[in-house]
Amino acid sequence: MNTPLFECQHLAKRYGENTVVDDLSFRIAPGECLGVIGPNGAGKTTTIRMCLGLTAPDAGSITAFGLDMPRDTLAIKAQLGVVSQIDTLDPDFNCAENLLVYGRYFGMSAAQIRPRIPQLLEFAALSHKADAKPGELSGGMKRRLSLARALVNDPQLLMLDEPTTGLDPQARHLMWERLQQLLQQGKSILLTTHFMDEAERLCSRLLVLDHGRKIAEGRPRELIAQHLEPDVVEVYGNGALALAQAEEHAALRALAARVEVSGETVFFYTAQALPLLAALGQHHQLRTLHRPANLEDLFLKLTGRQIREDG
Amino acid sequence: MNTLTQSHSPSHWSVPRLSGRWWPVFLRNLLVWKKLAIPSLVGNIAEPLMWLVAFGYGMGALVGQVTISTPQGDTAVPYILFLASGSICMSAMNAASFEALYSAFSRMHVQKTWDGIMNAPVSLDDVVLAEMLWAGFKALFSVTAIMFVMLGLGISHSPKLLLAWPVLLGVGITFSCIALVFNALAQGYDFFTYYFTLFLTPMMFLSGVFFPREQLPGVVRAISDWLPLTNAVELVRPLFMDQWPEQAWLHAAVLLVYTVAAFWLALALTRKRFSR
Repeated sequence: MNTPLFECQHLAKRYGENTVVDDLSFRIAPGECLGVIGPNGAGKTTTIRMCLGLTAPDAGSITAFGLDMPRDTLAIKAQLGVVSQIDTLDPDFNCAENLLVYGRYFGMSAAQIRPRIPQLLEFAALSHKADAKPGELSGGMKRRLSLARALVNDPQLLMLDEPTTGLDPQARHLMWERLQQLLQQGKSILLTTHFMDEAERLCSRLLVLDHGRKIAEGRPRELIAQHLEPDVVEVYGNGALALAQAEEHAALRALAARVEVSGETVFFYTAQALPLLAALGQHHQLRTLHRPANLEDLFLKLTGRQIREDG
Repeated sequence: MNTLTQSHSPSHWSVPRLSGRWWPVFLRNLLVWKKLAIPSLVGNIAEPLMWLVAFGYGMGALVGQVTISTPQGDTAVPYILFLASGSICMSAMNAASFEALYSAFSRMHVQKTWDGIMNAPVSLDDVVLAEMLWAGFKALFSVTAIMFVMLGLGISHSPKLLLAWPVLLGVGITFSCIALVFNALAQGYDFFTYYFTLFLTPMMFLSGVFFPREQLPGVVRAISDWLPLTNAVELVRPLFMDQWPEQAWLHAAVLLVYTVAAFWLALALTRKRFSR
């Protein structure tokens, strides 16, 4: 394996009695997009904050670009681009000024930053908004401006904390397109997200966190194959719950490897969907949806269907 | 506690680690302010001017002259000069306090500007330093504008005003450091009302801005001796009267101790706030 660009070893963070991150280790290879998924409160944002030196871990080590945290925090950050969960754009500056002012925090001179501004705005599809202030931008535009701002120092590694939360599908797809472009340019990305399709589309590798611990790690397709049956049949409607519970339907249930109930919906996980679908066809009052198992199924299997306290 | 844990959790009280990276943060504030400088100038001058006109000319007509003790013995001073030299210290205090409380809090907590800055290679220590110096600059700006008005009104023509100018910058810095302590503790803007009504306003009346401190009861005066605004007024007023301040080094030292202690405390509390 290549020397990692970024590596965390045995990170731990506690707030009082509450362990937020527990013995977490991971590495990011050059050119890789590592996705971090987990329910609210799983420790994703705390992990990113530790990676940025904003909060000190109680144990463990972080190295990046051959440099050590916390000693070289500022030198490490000089090579990072960050998009945080909440936009921190300057409301008093227009888009171009936002980029200029932000570049100065990296020690760049106005003469160095100015030529980059049109390129960055074009990348963010904001060339026509150079003079607009963030307050005049849509949610998607703001996020893209945040991304452009994170690129002002031409970073090697991007850390993106839920970059598409709250965006409409068009804005989300544009963001994905841009992130794909960056990966093609050879940049590396650490991405946290709640969107499983986003994780599957962008990430070469995934880290599943729950209660601050790493509970799975691997390529999205491999993780699904490893933990789940390939097919899912969702059943809704009057009498769906009976299929999952009643004695008389035991034979039907035997056609599935695993049966899960969530609310009024029954999920059948199976390697052979056809016999199951045929049997379900007898029940005319039910609606069924047959689809391949996806990352969301994996996520829910690993972290449960319960709503989290802060979810 | 093992050594690993210790090495990972630097104390909030460790020595400030400052670098030149405060400058782009200061520059950011300057650029925003440039957009609003003219309206802000009006606000900065109008209020102190109203005090001066209402009290100085209104009360001045009643009071006439105020007698204050100087190394040369008791001196009678026109009330308007007495008030102007005190109220300019108050203006420095107010300008710095407003900036380091309401405006800094907006940037820190509401707009999350500080969080954005700290995602770049700028440390929290440098951000706090920049805010401190920025609030000091805002005080200097107000003071300069008011001084020009006072010169225009012919209240003082002392050449020592040139020296009062950097002293007032120092006064602004002292109060910006103190205000940043409260900024670090604030959960909302309401908190600052307490600071103004319970701390700054009483201090205005106890520091010899409006009337000589000789009028105060002994105990109150003993407390007043150690208030930062008192020491600021004791330094600045003689300069307005073209005299040298008595015990200048003592007053400067008191202000310096407030400044250093408050900056350190503000930094420790802000580090604590941001460590979560």
